[in-house]
Order: sequence, then C-alpha cells, then structure tokens
Amino acid sequence: MGKYFSEGIIKNNPVLVLMLGLCPTLAVSTTAFNSLGMGVAVIFVLALSNVTISIIRKIVPDAVRIPVFIVIISTFVTVIEYVLHAFLPDLYSQLGIFVPLIVVNCIILGRAEAFASKNGFFASLLDGIGTGIGFTFAIFLMGAIREIFGSGKLFGYTVFGAEFVKAPVLYMILPPGGFLVIAFLIGMMNWIRQRKGKTKNSIQI
Amino acid sequence: MSLFLIFLSSFLVNNIILMRFLGLCPWLGVSKKLSSALGMSGGVLFVMLIASWFTWAIYKFVLLPFDLIFLRTAAFILVIASLVQIVEMIFRKFIPALYSSLGIYLPLITTNCAILGTTFLIVDNDYSFVKGTVFTIGTALGFALAIILFSSIRERLELSEIPDALKGTPIAFITASLMSLAFLGFMGFLGLSI
Repeated sequence: MGKYFSEGIIKNNPVLVLMLGLCPTLAVSTTAFNSLGMGVAVIFVLALSNVTISIIRKIVPDAVRIPVFIVIISTFVTVIEYVLHAFLPDLYSQLGIFVPLIVVNCIILGRAEAFASKNGFFASLLDGIGTGIGFTFAIFLMGAIREIFGSGKLFGYTVFGAEFVKAPVLYMILPPGGFLVIAFLIGMMNWIRQRKGKTKNSIQI
Repeated sequence: MSLFLIFLSSFLVNNIILMRFLGLCPWLGVSKKLSSALGMSGGVLFVMLIASWFTWAIYKFVLLPFDLIFLRTAAFILVIASLVQIVEMIFRKFIPALYSSLGIYLPLITTNCAILGTTFLIVDNDYSFVKGTVFTIGTALGFALAIILFSSIRERLELSEIPDALKGTPIAFITASLMSLAFLGFMGFLGLSI
C-alpha cells in the first residue's frame, strides 16, 4: 500500500519525470506561497476525483468514461474555485484562470485513466494524495527558487540581505525565468537518474 | 481597448505560450518538425475560433440569464470536447484532404489548455463578440508564431552537441526561456503590459 503513496512523489514525479501539468507549474510559481496554494488545490481535486472514480468504476460504460471523468473532475474544480474565492480572495486573484484550468491538467485525467479506473478505493486515495504531493513538491521548489532570486525573499523573510532586495534578479519572476528554472530542474533529475545508471526509457506511467 | 490593440496584445505582448504559459504540451510535443508545427497551428486556429464563438454564446445566452455561472468550467470543457469530435467527423466526411493533414492533431487539441484558457479569458474580460473574435485570432496566430519559430530552432538543435543531462526537454525549455526574453521586449509597446 505504501508503494502507491510514495511512487508519485520522487520516482514518478508528475512534473519533473513525467512532464505532465507543466502549464500551471510554470505560470503560478512566481512565489512560494502561490505555489503551495496551487499544490493544495491540486491535491484536493486529485484525491477526491480519484476516490470518486474508483467507486463508480464498475458502473461506468467504457465508451463514455472520459466525459464522465471530466464532469467529475470539473465538479471538484468548481468546488475548490468557490472555496478559494470565498476564503482566500488574494490567492484566488493571483492564481487567476489557472484555478478553473486545473480541469485540463493532464496529471488528474492521467491518474483517473491509468490508476483510479482500475484500482480500489483506498489505493486510489493514496495514489491521488501521493501524486498530488509530488506535484506540490515540484511547484514549490520552482516557486521557492524563483522567489529567492527574483525578490530576495522567501515567505516575506529576507534571504540574501537588504542590498539584494533592492536589486534582485527580476528576470526570475518574469516568464523567461520560469522556463529557465524548470529546464535546470528537469536537467538535474536527468543527471541524477543517469548517474544511477537507469535508462531514460524506464519511465512507467 | 481598440481592436488593433487587442490583437497586438494577444499576438505578441501576452503571447499565449511564451508569456501566459498555456498550451505547452502540444508546443513541446508537436514542434519537432516544421510541417507538423504548421498543421498543429492550423488546427488550433480553427478549433479555437469555433470554440470561442460557441462558449461565448452559451455563456451570454444560457449561463448568465439563468444564473448558472458556477457551471462554467464543466459546460465549457464539455462544449469543447464535443465540438472537436463533431469537427473531426465533418472533416473526415466532407473535406478528406484537410482531414488527412489536420486530423491527427484534432484529438490532441481537446486537452489543450490554450483553448479552454482563451475561452475563459474572453469571458473574464467581458469582450463583445467582435472583440472576442479578434482576441482569439490574435492568440491563435501567437501560438502559430511561437510554435513555428520554435520548431525551426529545434531542427537546428538536433545537430548541436548538448550535455547528456540537458538533452530533450531541458534544452527545449532553455530555448523557450531565451525566446520568452525576446518577447519580453514587446512589453510597454504602445502602453501594453503583461
């Protein structure tokens, strides 16, 4: 059982290894706080949609399963959208259209199709939370790196001293910085795996 | 905002890929060859236009009058998914030549967040029908510009020596970063901002 949980965090990390869900990872990772908010929203949707799909997996006919999955996912996305709007309006406006766009996040439909539609309730719950944590880990790493270099702060605390805050590497917070950080994070993952002697093609979805 | 500014903003300043980060999957996946990049751009332009018209009409005439805005996400994604299916069927039946060149890209477009994102942006900005159409054309042409430039660079990258760990996606993202930096130069152009 523990394997279902841990698989998605590092070894099959959805963002850094499987390259899924790149759009939100790049777009909302301007600060560590926004990244965490997005990560928690995705964990919520992923866990609940996985559970729901695994419960109804034997009733749904094969031919219409994708539309059914999409409707289930969009229901939970709407729930989290309204919750964020009501209780964290600042975060909601920062994340913008990327909250409703969780519905087309390939991680969620991918886990529904590849895992939840074939496995039981408890395994799907663990898989959803594990994969969600993997996504959160990747997006938080991005957000932290970009915030530290782009504004000299992390969660509002100064990291490199006051001089750096006055003239930070603004490039990192702007869109080009997002592309650069993800490039080197994926490169680092590749480098670690190559050193371990694993081939690139050993990825299992 | 005038129509020309809306077009310029969606085409260059807020380029959908390099500035807004929407539609990265097809952009990375289909940009290995220039010919497939052209096919994908055509498919995106076509589906994006139809999708934005339909979702705009549904939002204005069904969701708003009946106070059903909370169904927006579900309604839009279902409209786009079924629209792509219908377009595919019509193409296969009546325009086989176009189907054979665009056909394989159509299913990919359903899960393209650029399409859904554009429809949300039109509704969020409260654009009229004409403004929405101009915005969509600008966005789709911006997608085409980014994917065509990128595929040309990528064909050249095939021949260069790259460190092992950076081969594939990482070097593609580094290229994207430099392209995005160039597009950042359009910021402030005619007073437009990100």
